[in-house]
Amino acid sequence: MNKRIYLDNAATTKTRPEVVEAMLPYFTQYYGNPSSVYDFSEPVKEALAQAREIIAGSIGAKAREVYFTGGGSESDNWAIKATADAYQSKGRHIITSKVEHHAVLHTCEYLERQGFEVTYLDVDEYGVVKLDELKKAIRPDTILISIMFANNEVGTIEPIREIGEIAKEHGVLFHTDAVQAYGHLPIHVDDYHIDMMSASGHKVNGPKGVGFLYIRTGVKIRSLIHGGAQERKRRAGTENVPGIVGLGKAAQLAMEDMERRARHESGLRDYLMARVMEEVPYTRVNGHRTSRLPNNVNFAFQFIEGESLLILLDGKGICGSSGSACTSGSLDPSHVLLAIGLPHEIAHGSLRLTLSEENTKEEMDFVVDSIKEIVQRLRDMSPLYEDFMKNRK
Amino acid sequence: MYTEKVMDHFEHPRNVGEIKDPSGMGTVGNAKCGDIMRIYLDIDENQIIRDVKFKTFGCGAAVATSSMATELVKGKSVTEAMKVTNQAVMEALDGLPPVKVHCSLLAEEAIHAALWDYAQKNGVDIEGLKQPKSDISEQDEDEDY
Repeated sequence: MNKRIYLDNAATTKTRPEVVEAMLPYFTQYYGNPSSVYDFSEPVKEALAQAREIIAGSIGAKAREVYFTGGGSESDNWAIKATADAYQSKGRHIITSKVEHHAVLHTCEYLERQGFEVTYLDVDEYGVVKLDELKKAIRPDTILISIMFANNEVGTIEPIREIGEIAKEHGVLFHTDAVQAYGHLPIHVDDYHIDMMSASGHKVNGPKGVGFLYIRTGVKIRSLIHGGAQERKRRAGTENVPGIVGLGKAAQLAMEDMERRARHESGLRDYLMARVMEEVPYTRVNGHRTSRLPNNVNFAFQFIEGESLLILLDGKGICGSSGSACTSGSLDPSHVLLAIGLPHEIAHGSLRLTLSEENTKEEMDFVVDSIKEIVQRLRDMSPLYEDFMKNRK
Repeated sequence: MYTEKVMDHFEHPRNVGEIKDPSGMGTVGNAKCGDIMRIYLDIDENQIIRDVKFKTFGCGAAVATSSMATELVKGKSVTEAMKVTNQAVMEALDGLPPVKVHCSLLAEEAIHAALWDYAQKNGVDIEGLKQPKSDISEQDEDEDY
């Protein structure tokens, strides 16, 4: 068995040992319910308050504007469904984009079936939302704009400040799914005019099953989960105390060395990208060249299919992901790759690699050598490549 | 996700390649759905499949079913080859995940397409062989979420 090279940090990250250590006392020592009145629960309440302060500080928000949730998908669902519910007397129109995560897209589709109207904005070939289309899409009955901070597949960073300004100018609420960006890019909710923001713990070396939704003071928000007074009566259920403590610790660590990490990851990523583009013909990079997450690269290798590539990479101990249909359980490749204009057959040959601070240059060299060998092997058995080579002659 | 046999045929596919001037050749599937299979047959005057080669664009299961299908028809007569159904290919691979069953259908169809090409060129009639569909796809039925 080869050494494991983990390059799927957009799927999930390793929980940092310091985070696990911070969480542990809240299982066996400080296990009191934070809603209880006795002294035993005091340190638990304090731990929650402290985590909330850290998170608020990390995005320029107030502690009372941070609501802990069960993760990014819940935060997205809550922000969109609760806004629709609370603001439907103003209007029933929502604007989002074609490259959102399914937690946003499927929620919008659900609302369409409830009688809401949704505009799905096009993106350009790099995956950037078109601002002039956004402006044109805004109507008097538009209640929400939901655009992701950075794309989970192709890594493109959206023009969040401009979108926030447009939303503010038109008096429309702005929600951003920052699951991939939080802890990786600097975010300030006031600078960007963000009214609501979703984030997740396990994408920033925190635990799984915990995240938060930032909700600006003054935004009317209904509960998604009813049944208790937790989270200012907005999110019922006994708090996931160890998870929240872990999220707080992970956020603190991520903020402390964000720049150094980004430099390390983007340095390796650029090296990997340059070598692949130079050494593997008929390959393209998907997503924006410069305005992209520091740890993300997304390739499309012509004439081959992504799942085959992933399995053979796995055989060499390399973990990546693909937007091919075979990896999604449906017949269509990734909606993001189709939205940036890739033909189906090229979208099937995509490979996303997302780095962490633990990766090394030696690993990148091994990965490039493996990709070269595997892509050629798959092309040698591909009828598409056979036809292409024959037609070239 | 896959059985050992599927992994073996995916990582070490049998009969990959092309045959020059084949007796029959068939290509099925489409790139849009992410699977294309091409089968080349070399059939002798006694209608025995002397050699078979394949090329496949697709997932692990698509490659493995192509590889197994070629193994199952090699050395057989064209009428015997008709008995190599998708079920037979799946059984020989110790099963496929439910979402990959269409790959085995594609493999059966690819063999039929190559046999059809042979039958057309040589004016022979192969019992049970119908003009194959060029495209096999199953539509997922989306439930409300």
